[in-house]
Amino acid sequence: MATGVFGPERASVEARTLRPDRWWLPPLTTFVVFAAFIVYSTWRAFSGDDYYAAPYISPFYSPCLTDNCVEGSNDFGSPIGWWGLSPALIILIFPLGFRLSCYYYRKAYYRAFWLSPPACSVAEPHSKYTGETRFPLIFQNIHRWFLYAAAVVALILTYDVVLAFRDENEDWGHMGLGTVILLANVVLIWLYTLSCHSCRHVIGGRLRNFSRHPVRYKAWTLVSRLNRNHPQWAWLSLFSVALADFYVYLLATGAFDDPRFF
Amino acid sequence: MGYPLSMRLWRGDRDGGALQDFTVEVEEGEVVLDAIHRVQATQAGDLAVRWNCKAGKCGSCSAEINGRSRLMCMTRLSDFGHEDVITVTPLRAFPVVRDLVTDVSYNYVKARELPAFAPTPPDADGKRRMMQQDVERGQEFRKCIECFLCQNTCHVIRDHEENKPAFAGPRFFLRYAELDMHPLDTHDRRELAQSAAGIGLCNITKCCTEVCPENIKITDNAIIPMKERVVDRKYDPLVWLGTKIRRRDDRTEL
Ligand code: SF4
Ligand code: SF4
Ligand code: FES
Ligand code: FES
Repeated sequence: MATGVFGPERASVEARTLRPDRWWLPPLTTFVVFAAFIVYSTWRAFSGDDYYAAPYISPFYSPCLTDNCVEGSNDFGSPIGWWGLSPALIILIFPLGFRLSCYYYRKAYYRAFWLSPPACSVAEPHSKYTGETRFPLIFQNIHRWFLYAAAVVALILTYDVVLAFRDENEDWGHMGLGTVILLANVVLIWLYTLSCHSCRHVIGGRLRNFSRHPVRYKAWTLVSRLNRNHPQWAWLSLFSVALADFYVYLLATGAFDDPRFF
Repeated sequence: MGYPLSMRLWRGDRDGGALQDFTVEVEEGEVVLDAIHRVQATQAGDLAVRWNCKAGKCGSCSAEINGRSRLMCMTRLSDFGHEDVITVTPLRAFPVVRDLVTDVSYNYVKARELPAFAPTPPDADGKRRMMQQDVERGQEFRKCIECFLCQNTCHVIRDHEENKPAFAGPRFFLRYAELDMHPLDTHDRRELAQSAAGIGLCNITKCCTEVCPENIKITDNAIIPMKERVVDRKYDPLVWLGTKIRRRDDRTEL
C-alpha cells in the first residue's frame, strides 16, 4: 500500500517533490567528493609505500608502529612489530571511525549515499525506516570514544609538525613547503576535532546548571562558536589531510623537491 | 506596479484532489498569502486556507510553496520572478482536511505526551531563582511559534506514517532539550526522549533546521545535545560506572 506522502489520508499529489530547484546538486556533490576520497585513501592506505620523506610523514601513516615502517618514520618505536600489512591500516581506524560516526558526516552520507532523505521534502525511496535505533546504526552512539582516540591522533600529528621543523639530518631550524602543509593540516584537524558536537557536550553541554560551573560554561561558549562551522571544518580537514598525504607521496616518489624557506 | 501571477493551488479533500491553475493580479511587495486571499476574493470563494496573524507569529499559515515547507505570510513574491509559477499545496505529512488546510492534531497528541515542567520547591522566601546564563540557554527554544513546518518536513514521519506513534518530532525534541537543560526541572528527560519520544529515529539530516521560520538551530542545539544526553545515560560505560560507584546519578549537581 502506498505510504508516506502518497498515503491515503494525505493530499494526493503524484510528484515525489514539487521542488523546482536543483535539490539533487548538493547530495551529488557530496557523493562524488566522498567517493573520490574513499578511492584515494583506500589506495594510499593499502599501498604501504611512499609515506615518508624526511622529515615529513604522511598523516595517513602517523604514528607508524610496525617493523615494516620505513626507516626514520617510527618515532614511537614498533610496539606492533609483527603486523605484516600496511602500517596505515592500524591507525586509520580511529580517524575513520571518528568521521564515520560524526554527526555532520552522518547527515552528509545519509543524504548523499543512502538517500534518506536525498533532500528536504523529497520523498525517500525506502519503504521502511528505523533511523539509528537498531544494529548497526545504533553504534553511532559511541562517537565520543572516537573523539577521544582522534584527539590522541591529533596530538601525534601535532608532534609530527614540530619534527617537521628539523631538516633531514635532524637539525632544528628548517622550514619547507612540507612544513607549512603539515602545519595547515594539523590546524584544520584541531578545528574539526574541537568543534565536534560530542566535544561540545563533554566540555559543558551536559551541564544542567551553567551558573555553577563558570569555567566550563566559558569553555562551552568557545567550543560552541567553533561548532557552528563544524561542517566547514569537516570538509576543509578532509581536503587538507588528502593534500598533505599526496604532497608526501610526491616527495617520496621523487616527483618533486620540497621548496625550502630556511 | 502590479503584474499577473500564475499560481497552481491544490484543491480537494481526502477523497482526492489536484493542482488547479489560477492567474491573479498582484502588487510589488506582497506575500504569497496576499495572492491566495485575492484568489479567494475574486475567483474561488470557497478556497479553504488557514491563517491568522499575517505576521509570522501565529504559525497557522504553514503550507508547501514550490515543494518547500514555508509560512505563506512570510514568503515574499519578490523571491520569485514575475514569470515563475508558484505552486502551493497543503502540508504533505499530515491528513488533508480541505484545500490548503490539514489536520495537525498529531502534534497536539505529542504535546500532551510530554511531561510538563516539574520545578524544585521554591526557596525559603517563596521564590525560585535562576541565573542569567541558564535563562539564556532556553531562550532560543522558546521562540518556537508552533507552525509545525519542522514536523512536516521530517522524513521520519513524512515518508513513514507508521513511525508516528513512536516519534515526537523535532518541535518536541526542542521542548525535551529545553526542560532537560533547565536547572529547576526535576524530571530526567533523557530516558523519555529515547523511549517515549523516539529520538533514535532521527538521523540528524537537518531538514527541520532548514525550514524553521524562527531560525532555531533545532538539530545542533536541541536534538544532538539530547542525543548526547541519552548516550550519557545509556551508552557511556564511564558515566554508568560513575553512577554505580557513587550510588547515585549526578544529575542534580550538574
Ligand atoms: S534532523 Fe531529525 S528531527 Fe530533524 S528533520 Fe531530520 S530526522 Fe527529522
Ligand atoms: S521549531 Fe521552528 S519549524 Fe518547528 S514548530 Fe517551532 S517555529 Fe515551527
Ligand atoms: S566530529 Fe563531527 S560531530 Fe564529532
Ligand atoms: S498567518 Fe500567522 S504565521 Fe502566517
